[in-house]
Amino acid sequence: MADNDKPKTELLDELEKGPWPSFVREIKRAGETNPMCNDLLGQLELSYKEKKGHWKHGGIVGVLGYGGGVIGRYSDVPEQFPKVAHFHTLRVNQPSGWFYTSEALRTLCDIWERHGSGLTNMHGSTGDIIFLGTKTAELEPTFKELTEAGFDLGGSGSCVRTPSACVGRARCEWACYDTLKLCDNLTRAYQDEMHRPPFPYKFKFKCSGCPNDCVASIARSDLSIIGTWKDDIQQDDAAVAEYAAGGLDIQKEVCDLCPTQCMDWDGQKLAIENRECVRCMHCINVMPKALAPGKEKGATLLIGSKAPIMQGALLSSVLVPFVPEDELLDTVKELVSRVWEFWDEYGKNRERVGELIQRVGMANFLDAIGLEPAPEMIAAPRDNPYIYFQPEDEK
Amino acid sequence: MATAPTKRITDIGPPHYEKFLHPLIKKNYGQWKYHETLAPGVLCHVAHSGDRLYTVRAGSPRLLSIQTIRFFADLADKYCGGYLRFTSRNNVEFLLDDAGKIEPLKKDLADAGFPVGGTNNAISNIVHTQGWVHCHSSATDASGLVKSVMDALCHHFTSQDLPAKLRIAVACCLNMCGAVHCSDIAILGIHRKPPKIRHDILAKVCEVPTLIASCPTGAIRPATVDGKQSVEVVEEQCMFCGNCYTVCPAMPMNDPENDGISIWVGGKVSNARSAPKFTKLAIPFVPNNPPRWPEVVNAVVNIVNVYAENARKHERLGEWIERIGWPRFFERTGIEFTRYHIDDFKHAGLTYARSTHLRF
Repeated sequence: MADNDKPKTELLDELEKGPWPSFVREIKRAGETNPMCNDLLGQLELSYKEKKGHWKHGGIVGVLGYGGGVIGRYSDVPEQFPKVAHFHTLRVNQPSGWFYTSEALRTLCDIWERHGSGLTNMHGSTGDIIFLGTKTAELEPTFKELTEAGFDLGGSGSCVRTPSACVGRARCEWACYDTLKLCDNLTRAYQDEMHRPPFPYKFKFKCSGCPNDCVASIARSDLSIIGTWKDDIQQDDAAVAEYAAGGLDIQKEVCDLCPTQCMDWDGQKLAIENRECVRCMHCINVMPKALAPGKEKGATLLIGSKAPIMQGALLSSVLVPFVPEDELLDTVKELVSRVWEFWDEYGKNRERVGELIQRVGMANFLDAIGLEPAPEMIAAPRDNPYIYFQPEDEK
Repeated sequence: MATAPTKRITDIGPPHYEKFLHPLIKKNYGQWKYHETLAPGVLCHVAHSGDRLYTVRAGSPRLLSIQTIRFFADLADKYCGGYLRFTSRNNVEFLLDDAGKIEPLKKDLADAGFPVGGTNNAISNIVHTQGWVHCHSSATDASGLVKSVMDALCHHFTSQDLPAKLRIAVACCLNMCGAVHCSDIAILGIHRKPPKIRHDILAKVCEVPTLIASCPTGAIRPATVDGKQSVEVVEEQCMFCGNCYTVCPAMPMNDPENDGISIWVGGKVSNARSAPKFTKLAIPFVPNNPPRWPEVVNAVVNIVNVYAENARKHERLGEWIERIGWPRFFERTGIEFTRYHIDDFKHAGLTYARSTHLRF
């Protein structure tokens, strides 16, 4: 029906109005040169009318030798919208920190103009560049051009998903380790695990340079690597005085909001009891000219966060309280190899690492990966007496 | 016609990020001293060397045509020596070494319809999922919801007038590709009816043991229907997560009459002041009403307004609610408290009030 004609989109046209940039306008723009987009609009208008999606369950499609990186998608109304009968997605691994040159972006656009719909997501939820919609026959040619241009596919399915990182030391004074470098190193180290799914389910890494956690590492990654420091907050007293002179109420906006009340302001001098500081970042966020993370930098490793499917959402919990920056890559790789070995052996189908830990218990998990229990790992000791004493501790 | 086969390139990973860093970033990498916000959406990072890097942040719909990406590339050439980046919340950031170019760049962005903002105590861009544009299990559309909500809240993107930053996320089903479980406000598409089992095709397209194991509540059992191997669903045990559909296409969940939206509040990811926390249920069901979802937009705007009027400076939505208590949150927002707000999944008791600390 739709052919090359523009579909009637009375409902979607409403979404071209208003101050926020419109995705409908984007699809229409791409539709000026690519008729696939007009069928996409037609099908989307049908969904808006019927309040119902029209994509079929994904099929198994991909590029030669890879078990991930392509999401198969088929229309359930292909007779009405033949140009989106196949409309597969490619996940293209983004450069660390989502930095680009105009030239790199144009290269990506040119490849996608030749082989796909011309629609993208910048970026997908996990961080990849998303090429949205192409036919099966175009997958391999797209892949060929991407790799020739220096790009590769990201992860999908039960594999290492594309790692992501905050802006880090490229443009942030708070980065306690080099997030871009670690993210890039991990991505390169685990190419095989990204492209050939080896696990019970997905495994995500996210690298945040400080406890502000701009890539939501603690909520969205199986291994959360969050920068922190061990020594004292760096303090510039003259700059503190400047903030006070500029009208900042240091008592109310800084000291009173400190979660451990470890700061004291007498109107002249800010005193910090650094031993009590929990590195929450609040005071540093409010006074970036005056306060900064300490000099002994590194990261806290946390494990196990995920969205609800299957056994409920989890936040990551502390696994290693502090790893010095220069030991970070080796420590993460060693730890991850032990975690994967245990998960491979004991994880159930579609069971994330966090859920496995819930099922077998953190103490058993620590035994399995050879880590000693530490009080930093818990919010409180157990409050029930149902203790499984180990045979060697009895008698 | 014999040509040597070209070697197939695989497993190269992404291009190295260093190739894409602005020269000023390369020079001052790891040597930033502090930053300040010159205006909503405009940051200035100052290096120990004294160099200044300016960032102009603009909102985008995330779903971008190559035409618009080329437009961004052209702007980067015109103002930034070709250097730009995207943020974790789908904003585009232009990186400049010349403060004099900020205003002309902002004007070009405004003329093309891209608002500048999203910094500090603003509502930044909404992170979201694919929805009806590209997903098989979505209960609603994500892009349309985002557009409708951001149209109503755009002035909070272009200003920094809220008590603290406010992060909104949209996920079009419980899978939560958008990980909305730790946002200040989460808009979540939901199904409310059990899957309609396609007994005719199930055995052919699904692995029954995998399907049975996929159910978080054990509601799926093997069954023989009309002589064919299939399954049955214990309907009172189904909480409509759709995980069975993800592993088995013969368990479709879509139901235009009953699918809709739920709204969640009070989560955060940052460790600033209080620990990261999950979002909690505010409104269990709002009708799915495209193209503009007025009920959802009104509900979100109401929550934002009540928060903006009542919270203290630096207090995130969830921190404000913890201070005033949930009964008062429901009272102030006028949101009805129902039986659905009381958890009945695993560890439900953790969210019960287990003290007499009550306000009257």
